[in-house]
Amino acid sequence: MSAPNAPLTDEKAAPRSNPFRSINLSTRFWVALVLVAFVVVLGMAGWVYPTGPGEKVGSLYDPPGNGLLFGTDNFGHDVVSVLMAGTRTSLIIGLVAGIVATTIGVAIGLISGFVGGWLEELLMGVTNVVLAIPSIIVLILISISLPQSTIWSLAIVIGITSWPWTARAVRAQASSVATREHIDVARLSGSRLPSILLRDVLPYILSYTVMAFVLQVSGAILAEAALSMLGLGPSGANSLGTQLHWALAFQAVASGAWWAFLPPTIILTLVSFGFLLLQASLDEVFNPRLRRGKRRQMKQAAARRAADARALAASRSEQDDDAQDPEGAAVPAAGRGIQEGGVA
Amino acid sequence: MEQITTAEAAGDRTDDMFSHSVVTGEAVLACENVTKEFSVAGGKVVAVDDVSLQFPAGSVLAVVGESGSGKSTLARMLLRLMPVTSGTITFRDQDVTRLHGGHLRGYWREVQAVFQDPFASFNQFFTVGSLLRRSLHLAEVPKDEADDLIEQCLGYVDLTPDQAMGKFPHQLSGGQRQRVMIARALMMKPTVLLADEATSMLDATLRVNVLNVLHDLKHDLGLTVLFITHDIGQACYLADRVAVMEHGRVVERGTTEEVIFDPHGDYTKRLLADVPDLKGSLKRSA
Repeated sequence: MSAPNAPLTDEKAAPRSNPFRSINLSTRFWVALVLVAFVVVLGMAGWVYPTGPGEKVGSLYDPPGNGLLFGTDNFGHDVVSVLMAGTRTSLIIGLVAGIVATTIGVAIGLISGFVGGWLEELLMGVTNVVLAIPSIIVLILISISLPQSTIWSLAIVIGITSWPWTARAVRAQASSVATREHIDVARLSGSRLPSILLRDVLPYILSYTVMAFVLQVSGAILAEAALSMLGLGPSGANSLGTQLHWALAFQAVASGAWWAFLPPTIILTLVSFGFLLLQASLDEVFNPRLRRGKRRQMKQAAARRAADARALAASRSEQDDDAQDPEGAAVPAAGRGIQEGGVA
Repeated sequence: MEQITTAEAAGDRTDDMFSHSVVTGEAVLACENVTKEFSVAGGKVVAVDDVSLQFPAGSVLAVVGESGSGKSTLARMLLRLMPVTSGTITFRDQDVTRLHGGHLRGYWREVQAVFQDPFASFNQFFTVGSLLRRSLHLAEVPKDEADDLIEQCLGYVDLTPDQAMGKFPHQLSGGQRQRVMIARALMMKPTVLLADEATSMLDATLRVNVLNVLHDLKHDLGLTVLFITHDIGQACYLADRVAVMEHGRVVERGTTEEVIFDPHGDYTKRLLADVPDLKGSLKRSA
């Protein structure tokens, strides 16, 4: 056994130092990652797909076949190509809206939670008022009033209507961090408010913020789809929502053209399910108490210890054979003892 | 009660506070009639009640009391990390009770602190080096002297930059962490160092180690140390003067000899009786 005060360098040399082994991600995380990766790859595949989304390859609702996996839509465009372009647009809108909403929410939440007092009352008052207004109505009103709707304006509009609950959640976290001792130490070291917020408060709630961001992205993709289905989507661009809008407008459901509305619906479902699952499994990554697979980890550790013990016993017995030690027989027995202890 | 009556010739007794010898010499930091009330559901809690204390320059003053006696609240008010409900705090005869902004940071250049929990005091995401460098702005040192200052301050607490600078808090032992915290406080070259239960969470050997560091600092740098503890033994080991607090009030104060070896307040006597010593043992008395 190593001495209790063994230097750190020895620990680094040990097989345990593989950083990925200690994280031990759950199956849930991998499933979520595969779903999200599939959707992202689908969005990017539009760049290498031979037909463009605006290219006319057939007539109204040609059924799948003839080299077209999902046939054509109402304009005679290849549904797969439109789906790829639409997925990309939806992901971009989701990401931009998520960044906008998370930035506003975290900024307001951090300041009100940390500073407290009348500023907190004011900011939380504003947040509660915004929270009380149904955001879909605000979204529709802003979208109508914009002279031209692009994917960027849509993303920003979605972002600035969905920050309030992030702000409230971050405020609660920040006000709990604000009472910790290291904040006092930072103040005594002469740090100013922005530095304390960014270096002493934000890192402590970062895991929470990342999870909130993932939810915001998923929510924004769905909000875009809802707006686009109502006909308020980005003009001149394809998105999952506009695809559904045209499918509805041209009676795809009534005429049985399932290939026009099912693919975008399934992708939307996968996207939001994937992001929600990712958020839930991130919780396990950040919070060790929720981690699964503890038993497997312990089995692995036991197996590792047993292997170490076997190696130790083998090297000892070799040494003993070389030295022709009369007491050599006792050492492998001791080694076996360690091995059994390790397995148990 | 009779004992107290006979001692009144030597001391000064008001209401329920017994004052032995009075502070002579210049008080660097002082608080006068400081009170702190917290609003809680259904009323108010008076955490610190009309406390007046003087901290003579270059000495160690211990504030002793059990949990909830208001010691830490008093410390936070003296540090200006918490506003007072009423009363004044003066530093070198200047009222610092309502300082803010740059003036408050100027005050922290003179009055620094070490806290109880040697882990909670650290931001776990940054190294010791970045913690110490953070103080450079307040310490007002030119860039080329920064490394020298850091090395010097770590030297006061028996650490070298190699041992500490690149380490994260969790890579240090409890005693090392607390010594790094003392080094951080010294970066500003303060005149007053406030140690709020700075040794409570350390084990016995490290505790003496940190107490000795505090003693050496007082000796070598002429630092005024305000040592807040619930442990009357540590107060006795380190302090020149002792103030005893109970339920937010100072109930007895004087030099260490006077308070600890000739206590007059009932509460002080009770605190002293609670100190476990080597002679009295539970096993023997049973």
